[in-house]
Amino acid sequence: MNEDVVRLLSPEGERIEHEDYPLEADHDQLRAMYRDIVLARRTDVESTALQRTGELGLWCPVLGQEGVQVGAAHAMRSHDYGFTTYREVGMFQVRGVDPVELLHLYRGISHASWDPREVGLGIFTIVIGSHALHSVGYAMGIQRDGADDAVLSCFGDGATSTGDVHEAMVFASVFSAPVVFLVQNNQWAISVPVTRQARAPLSVRAAGYGMPSVRIDGNDVLAGLAVTRAALDRAREGGGPTFIEAVTYRRGPHTTSDDPTRYRDDGEVEHWASLDPLDRLRRYLEAEGAIDEEFTARVAAEAEGLGERLRAAIRGMEDPEPLGMFDHVYVEPHRQVQADRAAMQDYLASLELR
Amino acid sequence: MSTQEFALPDVGEGLTEAEIVRWRVTVGDEVSVNQAIVDIETAKAVVELPSPFAGTVSGLLVSEGTVVPVGTPILAVEVRDREPVLIGYGVAHEGTRRRRLRTAGPAPAEAPAVTGGPRAKPPVRALARTLGIDLATVTPTGPHGDITREDLQRMSTTRDTPGSSSTVSIAQSATSGVPAIRLGEVIPVRGVRRAMAEAMVRSMEQAPHVTEWVDVDVSRTVELVERLRGRADFEGVRVTPLTIVAAAIVRSLRRTPIVNATWHDLPDGSAEIEVHRHVNLGIAVASPRGLVVPHVPGVDRMSLRQLAEAITEVTERARAGTLVPADSVGGTITLTNVGVFGVDGGTPILNPGEAAILAMGRILDRAWVVNGGLAVRPVMELTLSFDHRIVDGAAGSTFLADVAAFLHDPVD
Ligand SMILES: Cc1ncc(C[n+]2csc(CCOP(=O)(O)OP(=O)(O)O)c2C)c(N)n1
Repeated sequence: MNEDVVRLLSPEGERIEHEDYPLEADHDQLRAMYRDIVLARRTDVESTALQRTGELGLWCPVLGQEGVQVGAAHAMRSHDYGFTTYREVGMFQVRGVDPVELLHLYRGISHASWDPREVGLGIFTIVIGSHALHSVGYAMGIQRDGADDAVLSCFGDGATSTGDVHEAMVFASVFSAPVVFLVQNNQWAISVPVTRQARAPLSVRAAGYGMPSVRIDGNDVLAGLAVTRAALDRAREGGGPTFIEAVTYRRGPHTTSDDPTRYRDDGEVEHWASLDPLDRLRRYLEAEGAIDEEFTARVAAEAEGLGERLRAAIRGMEDPEPLGMFDHVYVEPHRQVQADRAAMQDYLASLELR
Repeated sequence: MSTQEFALPDVGEGLTEAEIVRWRVTVGDEVSVNQAIVDIETAKAVVELPSPFAGTVSGLLVSEGTVVPVGTPILAVEVRDREPVLIGYGVAHEGTRRRRLRTAGPAPAEAPAVTGGPRAKPPVRALARTLGIDLATVTPTGPHGDITREDLQRMSTTRDTPGSSSTVSIAQSATSGVPAIRLGEVIPVRGVRRAMAEAMVRSMEQAPHVTEWVDVDVSRTVELVERLRGRADFEGVRVTPLTIVAAAIVRSLRRTPIVNATWHDLPDGSAEIEVHRHVNLGIAVASPRGLVVPHVPGVDRMSLRQLAEAITEVTERARAGTLVPADSVGGTITLTNVGVFGVDGGTPILNPGEAAILAMGRILDRAWVVNGGLAVRPVMELTLSFDHRIVDGAAGSTFLADVAAFLHDPVD
């Protein structure tokens, strides 16, 4: 990994001081972050297994990227709002969304079952880059409300090549919107390497929008925490947007439908495994005396329980009512949607299905 | 106790079937939830499936090497009673008849026990199949006695040396690109072979083929290849007669762009011909997995050197089996080199969606009349098939004659 990244925790788990990002995280918060990474990872492993046994149509593995996700989510205040792709399992873990709910979309039951307003995280966005615009729109709304909340907008390296992200950056910068763009540069957009998205580090692009940028070690949960927190605070104080490029790696397939051995080397994956975010946090916490075997065993048992709970919950999930799909299209009744709904109702009746 | 069956899931968004590559458990084994039980290969990937049940394996319902449709029960597990039943997988009682398998194969009960068999990761197994190596004949050097990629590579290099290894079948040693076939073997049609078969049938059904041919004295092309190989700016670039034929195609399409086109049937019953703006040149490659036609996009904007490099790159990937799906869709015209197999020509079948395919034959010294006298010249036969809905005889012939003229007198 390039050395020009902000890093507060070395791969060996040694604490590195950085003058721009002093960080005093107490042991409770560090332990909470450790637990969040372990549980997010467990959700990931179990969901992948559920897909492989036919219970989910798809799953988007997160292995390797949990560090920055958990760190950044811990940097958010309760009223801050995040917009994510389909891969931010770590952030949902931190924000308290029951992992069972993450499965609804991938089982084809509903687009999302959590209340975004309550959780402060929008629904999974599959359309690459579109939510960058939603983020900026939301942030401009915060400005107009005169609130001191900030928005965290998460997307991948591939998304930076979309027009939507460009437009979002232009508006964010020109209106000084309170938004932080957090790009998880996981080196790959499906089978396209990041070298096909940019000739220079992605973070360099921010300068063209007149926006400060920081490149961080995305496998370092502490850098994720400190740098995101500073950027969110700057945003809420009227300082405008920041662009964070978190350099990390997707160690699993793009989705359960993908076979990464067709486009990349095992060696690359092994290299990044040696930079694992959980390993380095555990080493640090052990050296600090912040965790002991009893604690790690307890978290491991909790993760085991979570796996069982996910399996049991999938069995209990009921297929949705076909007419339910018309329910949340518009806030208020809409003529066309009502007509479509009636037509569907007739159709179903004609099949004598209901 | 009750028996639960695990039905082959769709692991890749709309797949209809998969091949059982390797069982990781055998009858009588205790399995736990999420324990890896089997490797399967779909059109998209080789993946490992975990067990949804805990219990004792009572049956492997499909033998290795068999392709089965999604939904086919593949594994039976004896679970303790009141074990929760997964949605979508009904409880089958002992003695339930198994669904008949679509593809013939040895009865599952006779399948050799897997536990003692050779160990290798799925991509390595896939490579072994590609190289036609029986894993049982490989000495493993990896951790836990695993066979590694290097083990296979070592084996395939020694094998390529004539007379070295006894595992080479006669059929295989004959010509590179022709996979080994055992006498009496019944070959399941799947993967690349199935894709090839479907494309060829579609093409023959839809496009009225016309085939024309011409012989050409390629002395100057051969000289040009030699000259380019010696040139400093072509150092490290692989230049072959195929490179020059590719260049000839690009050049000749300028006069007859209709040869680089696609026929579209529209839903209302009418049709359109799309004349392509750029030339994406498909190269037919006999890969170890079968015929593949990856393409080099935008050859009309390339220098000769770029063209040579791009063709080398894509054919090497084709032979190594590392093409990505995008390589194989979007070609606009195809070049196939049948000369490497020692023949002159044939009646090439169009790649579906394309208007023309050119086959280049071997280069052979022949008696050739030059200025009224006999001379010995290297001669190549060119065969062009075109879709007569799109290309009429005049355009097709002009194009073929232009390619021949260029090879007779190439300008670099
Ligand atoms: C607008 C749009 N175009 C294409 C796709 C198909 N698609 C799904 S994921 C993906 C790659 C995204 O890569 P990146 O932004 O780097 O995020 P990552 O998946 O690596 O986390 C693409 C192209 C899509 N979902 N939306």
